[in-house]
Amino acid sequence: MMALMDVLFGPFIDFGFMKRALAGSFALAAAAGPLGVFLVLRRMSLMGDAMAHAILPGVAVGFLTAGLSLSAMAIGGMITGLVVALLAGLVARLTPQREDASFAAFYLVSLGLGVLLVSLRGSNMDLIHVLFGTVLGLDDASLLLVTGSTTITLLILALVFRPLVLECMDPIFLRTQGGRGSVVHMLFLFMLVITLVAGFQVLGTLMVVGIMMLPAASARFWVYSVGRQMLVAALLGMISAYLGLLFSYYYNVPASPAIILAAGAFYFLSITFGPQGGLLRAYSQWRARRRRMASLLEHD
Amino acid sequence: MTSTQTLIELDHVALGWKDKIALRDISGCFTRGSLTAIVGPNGAGKSTLLKGLTGQINPLKGRIAVDSGFLDQLALLPQMGDLDKSFPVTVHDLVAMGAWKRVGAWGGFPKAEHERLGHALEQVGLADFARRSIGTLSGGQLQRALFARMIMQDAQILLLDEPFAAVDRATSDELMNLILDWHKQGRTVMAVLHDLDMVRSCFPQTVLLAGQVVGWGQTEAVLTPENLHLARHLCAGDYL
Repeated sequence: MMALMDVLFGPFIDFGFMKRALAGSFALAAAAGPLGVFLVLRRMSLMGDAMAHAILPGVAVGFLTAGLSLSAMAIGGMITGLVVALLAGLVARLTPQREDASFAAFYLVSLGLGVLLVSLRGSNMDLIHVLFGTVLGLDDASLLLVTGSTTITLLILALVFRPLVLECMDPIFLRTQGGRGSVVHMLFLFMLVITLVAGFQVLGTLMVVGIMMLPAASARFWVYSVGRQMLVAALLGMISAYLGLLFSYYYNVPASPAIILAAGAFYFLSITFGPQGGLLRAYSQWRARRRRMASLLEHD
Repeated sequence: MTSTQTLIELDHVALGWKDKIALRDISGCFTRGSLTAIVGPNGAGKSTLLKGLTGQINPLKGRIAVDSGFLDQLALLPQMGDLDKSFPVTVHDLVAMGAWKRVGAWGGFPKAEHERLGHALEQVGLADFARRSIGTLSGGQLQRALFARMIMQDAQILLLDEPFAAVDRATSDELMNLILDWHKQGRTVMAVLHDLDMVRSCFPQTVLLAGQVVGWGQTEAVLTPENLHLARHLCAGDYL
């Protein structure tokens, strides 16, 4: 028994860096999951991806001007993230191109620009850090950034939850009722960007989207209402972080991909076993329907 | 009913999207307490007119003058197709949205609102459906739920976009009775409709559109064979 406890919790008790990694990724998952649920509901799953890449050039410029300074990289990332979101929206409004395509275009450009900028001054190691995060090397400043941004995000979510759901579901209704849909939308973008900026420290710009979208996409297979989906998404993200870190510790593999793969495993479990439209459930319902039909026809 | 206070006045209004003009040179007025049907062939600009009236799009030309406080008294029944039926929300929550103006973003949902909600569901015959998800409803049931939301809104001006599309006869008759009740209570109702028999029997006023106004006034004077023929002709040709 003790041995099992030691296997499951030992690394997080014995090593400060594991403790920090767990705290940082828990904080990230708590904000990222709920935001991901809204992205899924708005059919904007790609947007998380796009935004995560959009912050890269800003992070890179921050890195170029101030070295590995957290605040410079965070501010830079926020600026380019918001600029790309606005530009992509503008392109969608002014040209016939739809928003998903313009987002894809902008984020690919951002990714290219970001990688180029980081490579201008940094080593390959720096590039790896930016792309895949440093979850096993979180310092106080990074922990503060991610817990701070999560606190702000959860507070805003609590404040605008009702209009946010309305804006997702029936934006015209909200507008004719005098609600400020565009303000809600801007707040949502803001939360998205600060969470991604904080998350790139932990999981890196390429992997941070995983802890946002995978738990959110899984949650709808377990519970129905938006509020519960947000809760389940946050929990799944945290469990994935825990399992991923544990796996990375024992098998000596990089931590951030391990976390994302754990979340991916939960996703496949969810589509298979989830009670809300999961495959097994759908199959048993299909069999029950067939049996019912057969028994109805028997009496003919 | 006899009140002739002008609620909305359109003065040579053109409405459209990007590079397409859907309606041109629209002039006319809706009076307070009136019950008006908006009819016309597909593509006649009926929904566009509603979007203009609710301020979702601005006139390309001309002016839409509305009575003060118009937007505060407004409730809109959207086309059912505009709603994402897979959205995870129950009938109860969908109808509760109607209380937005009174409850807002942070307000609690007091007992009076719960009672109002129960009453609204009863009126549309969905009393036992409160806990159902909207994804499990038939077209007619969803339309009933949207009517219940409108009852919750308790608005003075009601705009309905194709309320009886994809709805069976019994449901549309029941919902039509609700509309007639609203009219009796002195509310202003404007509805986009297709069923001309229903318009003739229930709606005193009619606007017949076909990219322009073909007729606007008393229903029997508007829905003449000549006007209907003209409307069909205007929409069938390659009129811009």
